Amino acid sequence: MRRCALYFSFIGTTIFLLVALLVYGQVAVSSEGISALAGKRQLTHLLGLTDLALFSEARYTRHPSQADLFSPFQDFPAAFEHFPTGSIIPPNPLGFSSRIRIHHKSEQQN
Amino acid sequence: MLRQLKILEYTLSSLLRRKYKNLSLIAVYAFTIATLGSVLFLTHALKIEATGSLTSAPELIIQRVAAGRHDLIPTEYAKVIRELPGIKSVTPRVWGYYYDSLIKANLTLIGVSNYQEKLELLEGRLPENPQECAIGMGVAAAFGPTIGDDLVLEDSDKSRTVFEISGIFRAESNLLTNDLVVLQETALRDFFSMDQGLATDLIVQVYNQRETQTLAKKIKYLLPDTRPITRDEILHTYETLFNWRSGMMLAVGIAALIAFCILAWDKATGISAMEKQEIGILKAIGWETAEVLSVKFWEGLVISLTSFMVGILAAWIHVFIFDAPALIPLLKGWSVLFPEFQLTPAVDFYQLFVLAFLTIIPYLVCTIIPAWKSAVTDPEHVMRG
Repeated sequence: MRRCALYFSFIGTTIFLLVALLVYGQVAVSSEGISALAGKRQLTHLLGLTDLALFSEARYTRHPSQADLFSPFQDFPAAFEHFPTGSIIPPNPLGFSSRIRIHHKSEQQN
Repeated sequence: MLRQLKILEYTLSSLLRRKYKNLSLIAVYAFTIATLGSVLFLTHALKIEATGSLTSAPELIIQRVAAGRHDLIPTEYAKVIRELPGIKSVTPRVWGYYYDSLIKANLTLIGVSNYQEKLELLEGRLPENPQECAIGMGVAAAFGPTIGDDLVLEDSDKSRTVFEISGIFRAESNLLTNDLVVLQETALRDFFSMDQGLATDLIVQVYNQRETQTLAKKIKYLLPDTRPITRDEILHTYETLFNWRSGMMLAVGIAALIAFCILAWDKATGISAMEKQEIGILKAIGWETAEVLSVKFWEGLVISLTSFMVGILAAWIHVFIFDAPALIPLLKGWSVLFPEFQLTPAVDFYQLFVLAFLTIIPYLVCTIIPAWKSAVTDPEHVMRG
């Protein structure tokens, strides 16, 4: 049973390590909540920030929540998406409510 | 119990007999799980970071849209909005972008009014006069200035404007402020040659949070060329940006998942002649089919569990200790000013269990089914191949 014992001790160690790391993560998240997070929220509130400064290559990737749907295609409707980040960020049309309606000729006659 | 332990002991010695093959299998399997795990850990940590910080974002932002594009909004609109019941305040905001052709970096310029509040994450202070500015760590790292140095920018008339750096944002705020240059609102208006009657957008504060959506609709009705964006929508943007269906997950995760499927498919479509012979011998010396399947079950479990544990630990270390060097280029794209950040090790247990379920169970099934096919065949036939 020597191999069994060795295997169980190996798996036991990895499970213990994983649980320890996950617990450490939870503790770090909660301690972050009372220190640095408060500072970040103060900053966001005071400067009116709306987005993370992650993708600064184009204006629609720098502020994905503020961009209009046409920004990725910059200058003409059939332009190809230009920036690599565009493949990571899904389009998110916020605040637009306009719709296309079709009035068929037959309906107009009625 | 003891019987199963003895079967496991046999399984382990059987695996050790083919140690190089099995070790390489574990290495590939663990690498696939580490890749999937890294994407899950990174996207979840970024989502936590975004939703945690942006809960203080403006409750409602009003933009003007002209010809399908974001346009400057007349400050007159603020008066119309202010008259609506439930509106606490409307503040015109001035902000924009600045491209530096030398290092090819985009900066975000934000105008602030006179704030006396001390910012915890700012070394120094916010600009107190139109000749001062505060900058993000990314700008400081790219150009090398310190507090007291001058930042020279070319305004819209191409004339040089000098701003003294009064503060630099601390590294902890990099994910929010890396590319920021904060100026006084009047200074930024002059810099962009923006008319007093115009603003980039309007920040609206409401008395009752639950009325935000209704007020957004009213504003859209009164001012049809506007586009209201609520804080909930901003938060939702970041949730969708880093969820299971995000581009990040599609770009890396799907590739890793396909690699895993190939691995599992290879296992499912047949077992090696050596393995078949082993099953035949076991059957010939009197092992039951159920016992042979137990061996294969333990074999699959040992390999998949070992790979999962090694892979997940590697993913955690990769993302939270080494700051995900393999995935950062994907996020970085063509950004010149990319923030250096230390992620808070937030892990979604649900995602972890789903990953375990999606990787361990299919592999187990793929190990047992071909073994069962061989185990129910006549041992002589199996051994002869």
